[in-house]
Amino acid sequence: MSTGWDQPVDLWKEPAEIPDPAEVDVPAELRAQIEDYMRRYPDYHSAAIPALMAAQKHYGWCSDEAIKQVAAVMQVTPAYLSSVATFYDMLRTKPVGSRYVYVCTSVACHLRQAADVYAAIEEAAEMIGLEDVEIRESECLGACDMAPMASVDGRYVGPLEREDASGLVLAVKEGREVLPGRGLGDPGYKLPWGTRA
Amino acid sequence: MGDARLMAEEIRIITAGFGEKDVRSIDGYIENAGGYAAMRKVFAPPVDPDALVKEIDESGLRGRGGAGFATGKKASFIPKGEQTRFLTCNADESEPGTFKDRQLMQYCPHRLVEGCILASYSIGASFAFIYIRGEYELQAETVEQAVREAYERGFLGENILGSRYSLELVVHRGAGAYICGEESALLDSLEGKRGNPRLKPPFPAIKGLYQGPTLINNVETLSNVPLIIERGAKWWRSFGTEKSPGTKVVSVSGNVQRPGNYEVELGVPARDIIEGLAGGVAPGRRVKFWHPGGSSSPVLLEEHLDLPFDYESMARAGSMLGTASVIVADDTVEVVPYAKRLAQFYRHESCGKCVPCREGTNWTVKMLERIENGDATPMDLDIMGEVQQNIEGNCLCVLGDSMAMPVRSLLKHFREDFAEVMEAGRFSADELASEPAGEGSVDVRIGEGGRLVAPGTPTGA
Repeated sequence: MSTGWDQPVDLWKEPAEIPDPAEVDVPAELRAQIEDYMRRYPDYHSAAIPALMAAQKHYGWCSDEAIKQVAAVMQVTPAYLSSVATFYDMLRTKPVGSRYVYVCTSVACHLRQAADVYAAIEEAAEMIGLEDVEIRESECLGACDMAPMASVDGRYVGPLEREDASGLVLAVKEGREVLPGRGLGDPGYKLPWGTRA
Repeated sequence: MGDARLMAEEIRIITAGFGEKDVRSIDGYIENAGGYAAMRKVFAPPVDPDALVKEIDESGLRGRGGAGFATGKKASFIPKGEQTRFLTCNADESEPGTFKDRQLMQYCPHRLVEGCILASYSIGASFAFIYIRGEYELQAETVEQAVREAYERGFLGENILGSRYSLELVVHRGAGAYICGEESALLDSLEGKRGNPRLKPPFPAIKGLYQGPTLINNVETLSNVPLIIERGAKWWRSFGTEKSPGTKVVSVSGNVQRPGNYEVELGVPARDIIEGLAGGVAPGRRVKFWHPGGSSSPVLLEEHLDLPFDYESMARAGSMLGTASVIVADDTVEVVPYAKRLAQFYRHESCGKCVPCREGTNWTVKMLERIENGDATPMDLDIMGEVQQNIEGNCLCVLGDSMAMPVRSLLKHFREDFAEVMEAGRFSADELASEPAGEGSVDVRIGEGGRLVAPGTPTGA
């Protein structure tokens, strides 16, 4: 859900201005990437989402410092960037983990018992003690043929069963590939009933 | 099933070669799918851009993103003149049940790139963008790779194939927001803002991206363009029906035995898609309801399965073809939790700009929770229906309607299911309330007709 509009604001605080580029240290790699995005568009503001994504990749989430650095490179106010960051589901405005497991429980997956799969994954994550990974229910990820499914850092895996949960979580924890051969785009991947996915 | 009639089969045109041959790489696309032939036909020697629009118009191609608007007509709205014009491909596919664009980009990204080149040329656009949802990492990488290859061959960039036409194509990744599939919200998002829909008019064709004339088309629509330009409008019209010509990639999901994408001629019986291609519901079960066009289309019933699957027939039956994404629910599905999960999606995705949608989606979820928990009264079903009517047509975009229409249709067809759950919930709530109140709890009971009974009122009053 787009957030930001429902959060309390400190009215006594001076609004942050466009940061002085000379006063903000930005890692060279991140700066180069943001500047590259800005050059791609007729209007550099269009680079806001890709730039925030890049900063998030670097820092794990869109922290105040990350937003300030993007603002310094793009020469926009931090407020403008946080208005953008709070709108989009994939931009993290809290340090909930630098990697993600989105388990789809939306309409089509709901019909194939996705809630059970999500509960099993959540339980396994707690038991195994998974840290720095954002695990959450997700809205439709556009892979209803793989239902129930999950996106592990962008790699779609499915169809999932409850029994897959602990293996999935363990692989994430150990940084291994999750469910090899069962990811969309894996060589020879097909749905169990033979249809192309 | 059981009848002698032969079920319709897949017609693989836009999905030709998927999973069988390499149509993904640029060489594979050229060799195995006749790729970039339409582009060569257009640029050597250059044909009049208006002729392209005319060809598409004659083909009767209708937008594949959900609205079904005539593609040629839409392109003809773009004004001529000196202003910078833009093409935007809407690849923000997020409607629950829809996964056709994902597959088209994953298997054949160059057909989309070629479609973007042709559509941009037809309206004289100098910039084109493919706005792809952030979750589609694999597909975004695939399309980005295809764009790089096209640049290397001189199909994009300055003076395409030696002509005087130049085009820059940028792949832009979103960051997770269903609303950005709404065309004016997509433009705001592409401009680097929160994805809020805009007030229309002015329509994007007049004032779109960066306030310039902008043509916005869906992935499947644009992917059809090279085929129509190469083989002609007449060939395209040999498929489908008079008013719904061509083939359509149908995503089938839910309680069927073979979920997946199936390309069929428009106008085949829906039964052939659901039972024939997708294997139907599990043995011994029946179809309880189905959405013909994604979760936002009103549900249809088993009796509607023999209707022709096209724009007109679905509209006549009280629903819509939408994205042609069939979600099937069998007779084991409980309607109330289903409606709640559906409403939750729209509550989550409402951008919050218009009150009827922001509040309406939220209250619908709350009412469904109350029905489940036994806190609802029979009146609430009527109120819930009214809330849906107050959303429909009262917002800048149709996100609210997209919840209101299916919820209202579920309420219409399955009112007893709602009432049953409500009564069962109230029964257990009554039991709870009749237990002696513990220390510190408020002595409130639920009495006759579901009304709260004030503390101290004698039982039976």
